[in-house]
Amino acid sequence: MTPAAVRTEGLVKQYRTKKGVQTALNGISFTTSRGEIFGLIGPDGSGKTSLFRILTTLLLPDAGKATVNGWDTVRDYRQIRQCVGYMPGRFSLYQDLSVEENLAFFASIFEVDVQKNYELIRDIYRQLEPFRKRRAGQLSGGMKQKLALSCALVHRPAVLFLDEPTTGVDAVSRKEFWEMLHRLREQGIAILVSTSYMDEAGLCDRVAMLQNGTILAIDTPDGIRKAFRRPLWAVKVKEMFRLLNALKTEPFVESCYPFGQHHHVVLRDGEDRSAIDTLIARGGYTDADVRPIHPGFEDCFMQLMK
Amino acid sequence: MRQLWIFVRKEWYHIWRDRRTLLILIGMPVVQIVLYGFALTNEVKNSNIAVLDAAQDASSIALTQEIAASRYFHLREYVRSPRDIGAVFRTGKIRMAVVIPRNFRQDLLHTNHAQVQLLADASDPNTANTLTNYAMAIINDYQSSLNRNEPLPYTIHTQLRMLYNPELKGAYNFVPGVMAMVLMIVCAMMTSIAIVREKEMGTMEVILVSPLRPFRIVIAKTIPYLLISVLNIASILMLSVYALDVPIAGNIWLLMGESTLFTALSLSVGLLISNSTKSQRMAQFTSMMSLFLPTLVFSGFLFPVENMPFPLQVISNFVPAKWYFIIVKDVMIKGLGLWAVWKETLILAAMTALLLGISIRNFKIRLS
Amino acid sequence: MPDTAVITADRLTKRFGDFTAVDAVSFEVRKGEIFGFLGANGAGKTTAMRMLCGLSRPTSGNASVAGCDVYRQPELIKRNIGYMSQKFSLYEDLTVRENIQLFGGIYRLSNARIREKTARLLEQLQLEKQAGSLVRSLPLGWKQKLAFSIAIVHEPAIVFLDEPTGGVDPMMRKEFWTMIYGAADRGITVFVTTHYMDEAEYCNRVTIMVDGRIEALDTPARLMQEHAAGSMDEVFLNLARKAKRTE
Repeated sequence: MTPAAVRTEGLVKQYRTKKGVQTALNGISFTTSRGEIFGLIGPDGSGKTSLFRILTTLLLPDAGKATVNGWDTVRDYRQIRQCVGYMPGRFSLYQDLSVEENLAFFASIFEVDVQKNYELIRDIYRQLEPFRKRRAGQLSGGMKQKLALSCALVHRPAVLFLDEPTTGVDAVSRKEFWEMLHRLREQGIAILVSTSYMDEAGLCDRVAMLQNGTILAIDTPDGIRKAFRRPLWAVKVKEMFRLLNALKTEPFVESCYPFGQHHHVVLRDGEDRSAIDTLIARGGYTDADVRPIHPGFEDCFMQLMK
Repeated sequence: MRQLWIFVRKEWYHIWRDRRTLLILIGMPVVQIVLYGFALTNEVKNSNIAVLDAAQDASSIALTQEIAASRYFHLREYVRSPRDIGAVFRTGKIRMAVVIPRNFRQDLLHTNHAQVQLLADASDPNTANTLTNYAMAIINDYQSSLNRNEPLPYTIHTQLRMLYNPELKGAYNFVPGVMAMVLMIVCAMMTSIAIVREKEMGTMEVILVSPLRPFRIVIAKTIPYLLISVLNIASILMLSVYALDVPIAGNIWLLMGESTLFTALSLSVGLLISNSTKSQRMAQFTSMMSLFLPTLVFSGFLFPVENMPFPLQVISNFVPAKWYFIIVKDVMIKGLGLWAVWKETLILAAMTALLLGISIRNFKIRLS
Repeated sequence: MPDTAVITADRLTKRFGDFTAVDAVSFEVRKGEIFGFLGANGAGKTTAMRMLCGLSRPTSGNASVAGCDVYRQPELIKRNIGYMSQKFSLYEDLTVRENIQLFGGIYRLSNARIREKTARLLEQLQLEKQAGSLVRSLPLGWKQKLAFSIAIVHEPAIVFLDEPTGGVDPMMRKEFWTMIYGAADRGITVFVTTHYMDEAEYCNRVTIMVDGRIEALDTPARLMQEHAAGSMDEVFLNLARKAKRTE
């Protein structure tokens, strides 16, 4: 059995503020392996950044333990710091150094030659090449992200920690970024990514849904969707707001949320779509469209939140 | 109109709720008035002087007592021979010496003329001037009192000698002061800002997660400032020698060595500040409050320390710039050697070791 | 011009020297509509919105907002609109109540009306207990809802939302959009800019800006059909690939 790339057991992290004690992580346990993209999906404040900082040895947990590549994050921080790549939440490279200067700098602090692992970053760096003399601060969001990834990979880390790498980045770059991650996975690197975009859950091998420092579910994306278990209905009419308010008060509705073009409705056990159809007919709604749909990750998350 | 009032009220809330800024806005003027009003003064009182009374006759003793009685002077010691005068100035214990020659009274009685010599430590030309003026005024008074009962006027000629800085150049005092300031500020503030900037920008996070030892990060941060400081010192010295005509009386290598020590001290202070601040703004603010102002006020460069009330004099002992200022004046202006400044050097070295030790111990290898 | 159009833009253009940020865009927004203004960062959305808010003078073209001309009556526009952005909406070091009162005053509501609105808002948002707490202490989702409510405290004709939702949890996001639906239902026109394509699906109609020009203007349903896409994200990717303005 391949050793775990990252293993956490009951991690707890609390912050003391003027208002009292805030719990960022409330007993986090999971295991990831090499060659796997493990996603941490959750909104702001769910604890993703605190978790990553503990795993990269930048913070000490208040309870629990964690190992990265077999090394303990508290005791063996030096060894961990040699074999991981880290991309923190916001752009954290040197704004007034050029692209190539940044890369050379990170290569040197990891005591490697840029050439040595160039294969690994070639696809990514190729896009940066035309801008290699430009100051990092003057790159677009997508380019900055590619540079940060290159710098994190230049020493061929065993584990890659990416904290919200796609936040604030344009859709095209986001797509390209995930394609790069999939190629990296083939190289056997263990990748942990955090994101607040629910739909990116589908791009990972396994996913942990995080809310308020607690893991709501860990599974493959398919597994999470299957766990939804209840039939989900997408309902659309011309008078969406009125319908939303009406559905929310109906006893046969377990939950009803606006999802843009449709409202997503979960009915109570034993009910079926006839209840919805009747309501629509009686309410005089027009242009009705009711259809069953498969739950998306947002649906799953919201159900888990309750 | 109502909108205006609403906005004013909102601004008031902002100010009131930012306690730190409020403290400065309201506390600062109070501190300044107290400090400047009561403590800091250019006025000279109780300055240490020495007297060489070669005559030891009724007149010389009377004159000496007049001088000693004045609130401007504090007669610290009697000097026995002219040879000792140089020594007593070199120790920095006195600011002025009054030399009364032999046969003072006899000269007065028989020739109606007598001489008194005043020697002043002009490395601080303003104080030297003030002291000699006071002294001359007292001597004139004494002269007038002698003349009251006599038909022929007695004249006491006062000869002035300004030691170390015969032309009373202000630069002699201010070059060492500037050196102290510059080193303190460049090294401490800039180092602390440079380190805190990494924390603020987030790059510190990334470089900590690497084989680079945190201590090396710190050293790497300080080296450029060390070099810049050496450059600064060199340029200040060159300018003062060639442009201001303030020669370096003592050993230039000793001067550079002491400056390097002081630089190391300032860097350690910068490190200490950077350990405990999170933002560049705070680093700047802390540097200003804890370095710039105390250095300006307590180093002795603007306000002579011995004129301050005792509690402030005690405080000044903790300001590293005070000791460096003495060293630079002694070496550069008075031309003294290590044997004269060893005590101050030791103090600086001890401070450096202490601060460095604390910063290293406190340097955070993690965030939080 | 249909009489229900509250915003009209006709070849609206903004140039900064050689650079054309907004290139002759034309569109209409109807009363009570939730209108999405989408595009990548740098595509020109914010610049266009600033012109409509009366904050920036167009280089050429025409626009009228709530019946006011953007050239001649920018001050009047500001009085008839609400505004909320992700970067700033509320004063963090003032309390919830103080923020409501402050903005009520800025929008020239009478004292009686401010009191009434304050009570109603606190009840609707369930913030009665936090009325005296500093906004800084509220979680992000609550801040957003409060900010939106305050942006429409004076029942303006139009409210402009500039990237309003950040990384809040899905539940909060739904509640936020429910509030927007409620406002639109009351006749307030909502003009939203965002780069989150999934939020586009909450709008009645959307336009997608690429390189300063409008490349699409339609309902989300029809756009998805037209591009054979399963989501607005895919529609956008299709259009964005043509973008030259990436560097």
